[in-house]
Amino acid sequence: MTFIQSKASSPYSGRLKRSAKSVRRHWQLYLLVLFPVAYLIVFSYLPMYGIVIAFKDYNISQTIAESPWVGLKHFRAFFTSYQFPRLMANTIGLSVYNIVAGIFPPVLLALALNYCKHKLFGKAVQMVTYMPYFISTVLVIGLLNQMLSLTGPINTLIKNLGYTPVLFLGEAKLFKTIYVFSGLWANTGYNAVIYLAALASVNPELYEAAIVDGASIWQRIRHIDVPSILPTATILLIMSCGKVLSVGYEKVLLLQNDLNMANSDIISTYVYRIGLISMQYSFSTAVGLFQSVVSLLIVTGVNAISGRVSETSLW
Amino acid sequence: MYSKQRQTKKNRPIRISKSDVFFYIINYIFLGVCFLIVFFPVWNVVMCSLSSPQAVIAGRVTFLPVGLNFNAYRQVFSNSMLMSGYRNSIAYAVVGTCINIVMTIMIAWPLSRKDFLGRKFLTAMFFFTMIFAAPLIPTYLNIRRLGLIDTFAVMVIPGAISVYNMIIARTFFQSSIPEEMLEAAELDGASDMQALFLLVLPLSKAIIAVLVLYYAVSHWNTYFNALIYLNTESKFPLQLVLRTILSNAAQLQEMASSISDAESAKLALVEVMKYAIIVFGSLPVLLLYPFVQKYFVKGVMIGSLKG
Repeated sequence: MTFIQSKASSPYSGRLKRSAKSVRRHWQLYLLVLFPVAYLIVFSYLPMYGIVIAFKDYNISQTIAESPWVGLKHFRAFFTSYQFPRLMANTIGLSVYNIVAGIFPPVLLALALNYCKHKLFGKAVQMVTYMPYFISTVLVIGLLNQMLSLTGPINTLIKNLGYTPVLFLGEAKLFKTIYVFSGLWANTGYNAVIYLAALASVNPELYEAAIVDGASIWQRIRHIDVPSILPTATILLIMSCGKVLSVGYEKVLLLQNDLNMANSDIISTYVYRIGLISMQYSFSTAVGLFQSVVSLLIVTGVNAISGRVSETSLW
Repeated sequence: MYSKQRQTKKNRPIRISKSDVFFYIINYIFLGVCFLIVFFPVWNVVMCSLSSPQAVIAGRVTFLPVGLNFNAYRQVFSNSMLMSGYRNSIAYAVVGTCINIVMTIMIAWPLSRKDFLGRKFLTAMFFFTMIFAAPLIPTYLNIRRLGLIDTFAVMVIPGAISVYNMIIARTFFQSSIPEEMLEAAELDGASDMQALFLLVLPLSKAIIAVLVLYYAVSHWNTYFNALIYLNTESKFPLQLVLRTILSNAAQLQEMASSISDAESAKLALVEVMKYAIIVFGSLPVLLLYPFVQKYFVKGVMIGSLKG
C-alpha cells in the first residue's frame, strides 16, 4: 500500500505557510515597530547588562568587563550592615501603610460620587478632588511644607486652641503618616475615577431589579457595586504589591530631612544616596537589584494567588 | 449621570425610604468634606501669596487675603531662573510629547492587529519592563555611555514610550477601529501604512488627545530625571528650579533682600514668596485643568476597558 502524504496535510507546513503569509502581508508594520523596539532595547534592556556590576567591584576608571569579579560580596555587606533592618522596616512599613490606607478612600469617594443625585455638585466635587493629581510632587510637597510649617494654618489653629505648635516635618515618627495622608490627598480623586469607570459600566437592570426587590441603597452598594469594582480593585492591588520595595522614592526624597532620616530612609533613597552621591556604584546596584528581583517575585506571587482565588489576574 | 437607576417613569412619585434619606444626607456631607479637604489648602496658599508678610506669619490669612500686596509676585516674575525653568519645561513638554505620541502609536497599532506575527512576544517584551526594571545605577551608566548626560535629548528620549499608555492605546485600537473597515481597505488595495494614516488616525482623535495630555503632564511634572541627568542650571525644567529655590533658604533670602533689609521682615517675606512660587508653579495646571480634565476621565474609561 502506498501512503501518499500531501505537503499541506502536515500541521507544521500549514502554520509556517500562514506565518510567512502574515509577515509578507504586514511587512510595513514590521518596519514601523523597528523604532519602538530599538528604543526599548537601548533604554530598557541594555541597562540590564549593567546589573553585573553588582557582582563586581566596578569603578569609573575601568570598563565593566575589566572590573574584578567579587561574587556576592556586596549583597553580604548589605544584609549584614546595620542599615539593613532599618531600611527594610521603613520600606515595608511605609509601603504596607500606604497600600492599606489607599484601599478604601477611593472606593468610598467613587461610590459617593456615583450616588450623588445633584449633578452639578457631583461634577464639582469630582473635578476638585481629581485636581491635586496634576500638581507636581515638588509643588505638593511645597504646599505640604507650608501647611505644616510653624506659621501655617494647622499650627495656627493649634496655637489658637492653646497648645504649643508642632514642628510636624521634624518629627521622625510622623513621617510615614504625613507621607501616606499627603498621598491620599493627591491621589484619591484620580483613583476614584478609575472605580467610577467600573461603576458606570454596571448594567442598570441590576439596579432596577434590586429596587423592585426592595433593596435599600446600602444593600445595593453591598451586593451590586462592590462586586463590580472588585476586579479593578484587585488588579490595582496586585500592581501596588509589586511596588512594595520600590515605593515612590521621588516623594520620599523630597520629604526627607536630617531630622526624620531614621524613619524616612527607604531602600530607593538609600540606593540613590550611596549610588549617585557617594558613588559606590557596585554596592548601590546590588541593593537595587535585590529590590527589583524581590519586587518581581512579589508581583508574580500575588498575581498567581489572585488568579487562583478570583478570576482576576494581571497575566 | 453616573448611574441610570432613577430613570423610572416621571409621573409616579418615588417613595424614598428612611434609610435612603439617611444615606443621602451622609453622602452629601461626605462629599462636602472631601471637597473642602482638597480645596482649602490650595485656596489658602493662593490667598497667602497675595497677603502681607506680617499677616501670613501671624497666621491671620484663611479665606481671604489680608493686606493685599503683589510684592512676592513681582519678585517671582523678575527671577530669571524661574522664567528659564518655565521656558525649558515648555520646550521639553512640546518636543517630548510629539516624540511620545509618534513612538507610542508606532508600537500600539501593530500590536493591536490580531494577525501580526510576534504580537505576543513583543507585548510580553514591553510588559516585562513594567514589572522588572534595571536599578538606578546601571540605568544612569547606560545614559552616560550614550553621551546623553546634560543634554536636551535626555529629557525627551528616555521615557519616550510609557508601557501603561501604550496598552491604553492598543486597547483603544482593538476595540474602536472596526475590522470590517480595515478589511474593506485591504480589498481596495490599501497598504498598512495607508490604512493607518488615512483611516485609523482620523478616527483616533480621542485617544491621541488622551495620550497628549498624559504625556504632557508627565513632562511638565518631571523632577527626578532632571535631578540626576542635568548639570547646567540653564537647562533645568521648572520643577527642578522650584525645588532648588524652595529648599534653598539663602536664595530665598536674597530674593527678599531686594524688597526690604530688616531681618525679620525678610524672613516673613520669604514665607510669602514661597507661597507665590508654589502658585506660580501650579498656575498652568490649575488654569488648563478645568478644560482638560474631561479628556483625562475619558482616558481612564478607555484604559479600564481591559484594565
